[in-house]
Amino acid sequence: MTRMRAFWRGTLALYSVPALVLYAGILGYGAFAREVGLTLGQALALPIFLQALPAQVVLADHAARGASLAAAALAVSLTAVRFLPMTVVIMPWLRGHGGPRWHELLVVHFVAVTVWIEGLRRLPTAPAEVRLVYYLGMGAGVLAGTLASTALGYLAAGAVPSWMAAALLFTMPLTFLLAMIETARSRADYFAIVAGVLFAPPAYIWMPGFDLLVTGLVGGTIAWAFGRWRRS
Amino acid sequence: MSSLPGVWGMWGGYLPFFIAGFMASEPWRWAGALIGRDLDPNSQVFVWVRAVSSAIVAGLVARIVVFPTGALAAMSAPTRYGAAVIGIAAFFAFRKSLGAGVAMGTLALLFLHAVLG
Repeated sequence: MTRMRAFWRGTLALYSVPALVLYAGILGYGAFAREVGLTLGQALALPIFLQALPAQVVLADHAARGASLAAAALAVSLTAVRFLPMTVVIMPWLRGHGGPRWHELLVVHFVAVTVWIEGLRRLPTAPAEVRLVYYLGMGAGVLAGTLASTALGYLAAGAVPSWMAAALLFTMPLTFLLAMIETARSRADYFAIVAGVLFAPPAYIWMPGFDLLVTGLVGGTIAWAFGRWRRS
Repeated sequence: MSSLPGVWGMWGGYLPFFIAGFMASEPWRWAGALIGRDLDPNSQVFVWVRAVSSAIVAGLVARIVVFPTGALAAMSAPTRYGAAVIGIAAFFAFRKSLGAGVAMGTLALLFLHAVLG
């Protein structure tokens, strides 16, 4: 299989089932971006920069509320630390391409949950020397679908009746919440979800702009400690 | 088209988004690619990180539902809370099906809005 062929075969991930589920949540992100006052260009820039739906919403939310750049960067960074172990897990499949090492640093931009899961599933079936390009194709394909869905959600939010826009907006938080419950592995994960839900509303009233950061650090740490304590 | 407040308006918003977005998240991916072999993905540090990350996202979810903006603000509190509860219940009832949970929760939002406002 040539590199070119591997790339184009990778782009077919655009239509994979996990990607289609992702696009449904992204319609909600597009609608949300419009509601909080982002331009269409800004709404499209976030998925390109971040490749992570929850982080995109966290950042759009901080920007819209005029939070400090540092608070926003810290909150985004904390939601993105999970990419480190994810990258570690997929790296063995992205080596052995015969090209320079920095190619790997470019391709890992597409380490985000949907493409990552598809990658772990599909990469082992491809010859080692084209896997990197194959993954690049998968990332590019899903990004194309992501941008189309973002634009669709953004434009639809302004064109449909308000009850429909509300439904579109509601799918996003619901998808986040259920996806987190679905992928929770440890007790700490479950406690963290509950702690986040309970802490965020008072934190928003007491410390607007830093509420998500405080919720994450305090709620997450308590959940982690509680998870350790319950286990021992 | 409204513009974003303060520092977020710089360079059409693209520069702050690049800094607080790309520069805040991408180094974790680079670290995974470069030094990943020496790290244990199952260590307690990552369990803590997952918990903090989950709490941030769960907190965001709670805030969107409790303090909604825009079109969602037109739905009353009982409607929003009821729809969330029904969505979660449907998710578990259909053996942790994401599709069933989201679909039922969204339909519940529209139904409750028609009944409760």
